[in-house]
Amino acid sequence: MSDTERTPVVPAQADAPMVETLPAREPLLEVDHVTLRFGGVVALNDVDFTLYKGEILGLIGPNGAGKTTCFNAMTGIYQPSEGQIRFRGEKISGKKRHQITQLGMARTFQNIRLFPEMTALENVQVGADAHHRTSVVSALFRLPRHRREEREGREKAERLLEFVGIRPRMHEFARNLSYGEQRRLEIARALATDPVLLCLDEPAAGFNPAEKEELLQLIRQIRDTGVTVLLIEHDMRLVMGVTDRIVVLEFGKKIAEGLPAEVRDNPKVVAAYLGVPDDAA
Amino acid sequence: MTTTVNPPTPEQQQGIGTRLRHGREAISQRWHDAPRWVRWAALVALIAFFYALPNKEFYQYLGPIPTTGSNFTQVLFTVSIYVLLAVGLNIVVGFAGLLDLGYFGFFAVGAYTVAVLTSPSSNLKTLWPWLLVVPIAIALTMVSGIMLGTPTLRLRGDYLALVTLGFAEMIRIAAVSSDFLKGQRGFNQIPHPPGKYADGKPFFGVLDARPYYWLVLTLIILVVLGVRNLTHSRVGRAWISIREDEDAAQLMGVPTFKFKLWAFASGAAIAGLAGALFAGKQNFVNSQNFELLNSIIILAAVILGGSGNIVGAIVGGGLVAYMIERFRGIELFGTELYEYRFLFFGVVLVVMMIFRPQGIIPNRRRAAEFKDRRKEVIVGE
Repeated sequence: MSDTERTPVVPAQADAPMVETLPAREPLLEVDHVTLRFGGVVALNDVDFTLYKGEILGLIGPNGAGKTTCFNAMTGIYQPSEGQIRFRGEKISGKKRHQITQLGMARTFQNIRLFPEMTALENVQVGADAHHRTSVVSALFRLPRHRREEREGREKAERLLEFVGIRPRMHEFARNLSYGEQRRLEIARALATDPVLLCLDEPAAGFNPAEKEELLQLIRQIRDTGVTVLLIEHDMRLVMGVTDRIVVLEFGKKIAEGLPAEVRDNPKVVAAYLGVPDDAA
Repeated sequence: MTTTVNPPTPEQQQGIGTRLRHGREAISQRWHDAPRWVRWAALVALIAFFYALPNKEFYQYLGPIPTTGSNFTQVLFTVSIYVLLAVGLNIVVGFAGLLDLGYFGFFAVGAYTVAVLTSPSSNLKTLWPWLLVVPIAIALTMVSGIMLGTPTLRLRGDYLALVTLGFAEMIRIAAVSSDFLKGQRGFNQIPHPPGKYADGKPFFGVLDARPYYWLVLTLIILVVLGVRNLTHSRVGRAWISIREDEDAAQLMGVPTFKFKLWAFASGAAIAGLAGALFAGKQNFVNSQNFELLNSIIILAAVILGGSGNIVGAIVGGGLVAYMIERFRGIELFGTELYEYRFLFFGVVLVVMMIFRPQGIIPNRRRAAEFKDRRKEVIVGE
């Protein structure tokens, strides 16, 4: 198999029997036959896939396929109508959003949602605060715990800004950063919550090829630090270049799952992206 | 004038505006560039000025500043109470971004707690001393803030504003109509804060408002230090992130409900403190002290001063409360200007919203934002 060269990750294949033969494949996120309805509209229809620890999973599909909806269900914004989502063995539904984040799931947004009137540093510090325990009382009187957590949070934030490459801009307001910097800041902010799973919602949207290449590097580096990555992406080239496995959605249904090469050659996927020729229909 | 083709008036006005702005920027720049000791010295001088202000030996040299229609020391006390309230409301509105239209309701809870527990006209007849009741008043106001906040902070924006408005009205109507809270008749003989001069005369008397003003001023300084600590911590960041984007804040692990409740409770506690101070000074509390208009005035003060900035809230609260009193005793065309005070505020607010929506002293974030827009305009030219 060609993917054995990606050493840190155990090659992942969709077929269930493989699981037994590869004991290192530890499920991190299980999307278990999830259906999500909004009134009469079925946004997700019996979607079922598993994300394993340490891999980069791509979630792709044409516009309106339900990728972001799936993301939102995973992060607790929507409750599935049927089925359930388990993260690290725990059911997601019924948990508050910040609790899901504290469990180790972090995300970025398709349309950037930073805190515009906070500096880059403060944005990341908010993420780092997810695991802080400073109470109002200890902040009020600047007790030792507040001072320690404040120092740690700041160091961590600076480190992460360095990691994504925008440290020199840390005192700038988020709204004043360039588009690319804002995307990077979102990633830094999400990483500050110490995620086990990082969900990136179209992180390359609006990037030029050079920027995309840099982003690929960044995603690989993140994976190498031990963080599992779920990537929603439009750009097929980017997805093929970085993911270990791909799940394809169309009209809210999973139509394919497998290695990038397999998915690329899957006639259903080709049809979904390019349309079906008339004579084949 | 004659040789150049001068731009028409609107642009000339803009010129003045720009010059003023540059002037202000120069001042703020100089302030930030000044060495630490200069800033400290200026701050100490400012605080000393405000401690000295209620002395007649001092304020008689201040020209038109002292009020003519009413006792200036008395006015200073009222102003200081409003400043304290503005600092408290600024936490709720300015930092956490929760529109609270019923803030004065918490003030009423504080004042009534003191009245009920200390006054001989109260049904309870506990007659506790003032100092003992102050912490109880603060705690009870916090509890009332949490009680109001628990169901309502799940609402957003306009709904929250409506519910808080309703809360203040409930408190007022309860005060007017419930027998326990004595309505118009009110509570009298509420004890003053403790303390005696060397000669045995009480420090906090009936005639002299100065000691009360000094007490409130001291408490303002302590409260401001506390609020400042909060805003420079995880708590303040959580508040601002909620104001900026509540959904994103939740997804970044901020327990938004908890921190909104804390914002509400801290704001309420400060209002409760102000209410307790007011009751201790006035000696008498009845339902007429707590009109809805007061909530609006404090909100206007926070917005006028610069929402989200502690200094802005202080300036706004001080300015608004002072202007109201300053109008007393000034006659224009046979009517006292005081009668038109709210018309004046309406006009000022409208003008502010047009020309300076970020407030007199905006928070640095908004200031930066407006600076950017100007930069963009200049680049565009």
